[in-house]
Amino acid sequence: MIAEQRNKIVMGVAALLLLTVPFWAGYVGGYTDLASRVLIYALAAMGLNLLLGFTGGLSFGHAAYFGLGAYGTGLMLADVTNNTLLALLVGTLVGGLAALLLGPIAVRRRGIYFSMITIAIGQMFYFIAVRWNSFTGGEDGLTGFSRQPILGLSLNSTQFYYMVLIFFCLGALLLWTILNSPLGHTFVAIRENQKRLTFLGIRVDRYVALSFAISGVVCALAGGLNALLDNFASPDDLRYTLSGNFLIIVVLGGMRNFWGPLVGAAIFVLVQNYVSAVTQNWMTVIGLVFVLSVMFFPLGVLGFFRRRSRA
Amino acid sequence: MLLDIVFNAFNGLIQGSFYALMAIGLSLILGLNGVINFAHGGFMALAGYLAYTLDPYTGFWGALIIGPILAGGIGYIVEQLVVRRLYLRDPLYSLLATFGLALILQDMLRTIWGAQGVPLSIPDFLNQPVSNTYFFVTGYRLLVVALAIISTGGLFAILRYTRLGVRIRAGNADLETISALGVNIYLLRSANFVLGIMFAGLAGILAAGQLGLTPTMGDELIMPSFVAIVVGGVGSLFGSLLGGLIIGVASGVTTAFYPAASEVVIYLIMGVMLIVRPRGLFGQEGLFE
Repeated sequence: MIAEQRNKIVMGVAALLLLTVPFWAGYVGGYTDLASRVLIYALAAMGLNLLLGFTGGLSFGHAAYFGLGAYGTGLMLADVTNNTLLALLVGTLVGGLAALLLGPIAVRRRGIYFSMITIAIGQMFYFIAVRWNSFTGGEDGLTGFSRQPILGLSLNSTQFYYMVLIFFCLGALLLWTILNSPLGHTFVAIRENQKRLTFLGIRVDRYVALSFAISGVVCALAGGLNALLDNFASPDDLRYTLSGNFLIIVVLGGMRNFWGPLVGAAIFVLVQNYVSAVTQNWMTVIGLVFVLSVMFFPLGVLGFFRRRSRA
Repeated sequence: MLLDIVFNAFNGLIQGSFYALMAIGLSLILGLNGVINFAHGGFMALAGYLAYTLDPYTGFWGALIIGPILAGGIGYIVEQLVVRRLYLRDPLYSLLATFGLALILQDMLRTIWGAQGVPLSIPDFLNQPVSNTYFFVTGYRLLVVALAIISTGGLFAILRYTRLGVRIRAGNADLETISALGVNIYLLRSANFVLGIMFAGLAGILAAGQLGLTPTMGDELIMPSFVAIVVGGVGSLFGSLLGGLIIGVASGVTTAFYPAASEVVIYLIMGVMLIVRPRGLFGQEGLFE
């Protein structure tokens, strides 16, 4: 009972903090766009976590869908439409469609093998983006578009932050609804005991592919928002390095926890931002974050506190 | 045109030899240690840079021998400090840890040797073309192919005829049983890890002589090596070798016709393989699943 009450308080404080970011970010040395980035990475990582933490599929290639969302959104704005929301929708669908089509190929194998395949599929998109110069802008990335006003709102940093927050909440709501539905219970059951579900007559492959597709859609949405945030899409948005970052965000926050990725994203984005400002060797620091958190913090921040409070 | 295709196919064969050497090392480590070693590319580049530093003192040939051994030594330390603590955990953790190690290694290389590429000088006589028509067949490229064959052959001989090799193979089949039979599996896995890193090191030095050295050189070679393993089939070293050569040559031949697709074709081959024959050319069914 007490734990539940405490949870409510924590959630309330977190929601209040998220709602008021643009008013205090400047005072703690941050800025609003940084908070937008936290939410975007958190959304992508939460999408990934549906597959990783709740279905047990270790994908190392989800940056591909993030990047496809980014390129889809950017290309729509650059060449087709002035409607920011339509562009975002198309970008999300492009990334989601790719995940829907490629998931069934990737789930033909499980475990470590699955990771290798997902990463290789992701790299394919990376090379297409780098090589297809005329369409994607090649290694320099996609420029020449910017987010357009919606309903008379100019979408300055603050307004865009609230737009990201709305989409973050929608994404979180979608994932929450799925996880608390029979479908979500099936996902978790696959994670816990795949063999048993097979014996029960459930087509495990299809469910993992479905989880793959849903998480791809959420990642693509996040990618589209990321392109709008920067008014830029980079091949690095598709790269396996970013997939690795999403994974460590999930692990940092706590894999078994729904809100873990939000905590992980806050830590990761802030550390990366701070460290790359103070030292050239920021890659070493990020690498150390990976190694040390995996070795000493495998349950993540939320998992750590949860275990403490139980003990 | 025909010469053009042969030229590109041969280039692909060289590239494929690097992929194959990388893939064999990765495959060894994946098999017995159950770890996808993301840091493999980092170790590869590290060995290349070590050879670059050793070259003035020991000459190319000395560096070619000492470089992989030093890289293997550093690999041993890393295995002791990080990798071995993760054997009992979910593969996710070793994947992320070695990914972090790859970042650290790359940053170290950049800090020590600089972000600019450096060339690894090779003996002059190796740079000469062997024939006038086939100008692209230099002594060095023949050396690359020859060493790839010899080292792989040597590895197969070790696995086939030595006690260490028998234990590695037995461990691949059933780690628990050989542990119960009194084999120190932690020592065995350390040895296996070092062996895998030494293959990365050899690939790194050979690639450095051909392509030059940059801190990110491992990045470009590790992904095709993953694909080589998937195409060749997880659990089969011979598959990794063949997979590496196949995608290398395929990528080379594609360069002759449509250069922009030379990388993408590698992943297309993997996709086709996964649809037609999910376990790969020589893979065992159900391994690591």
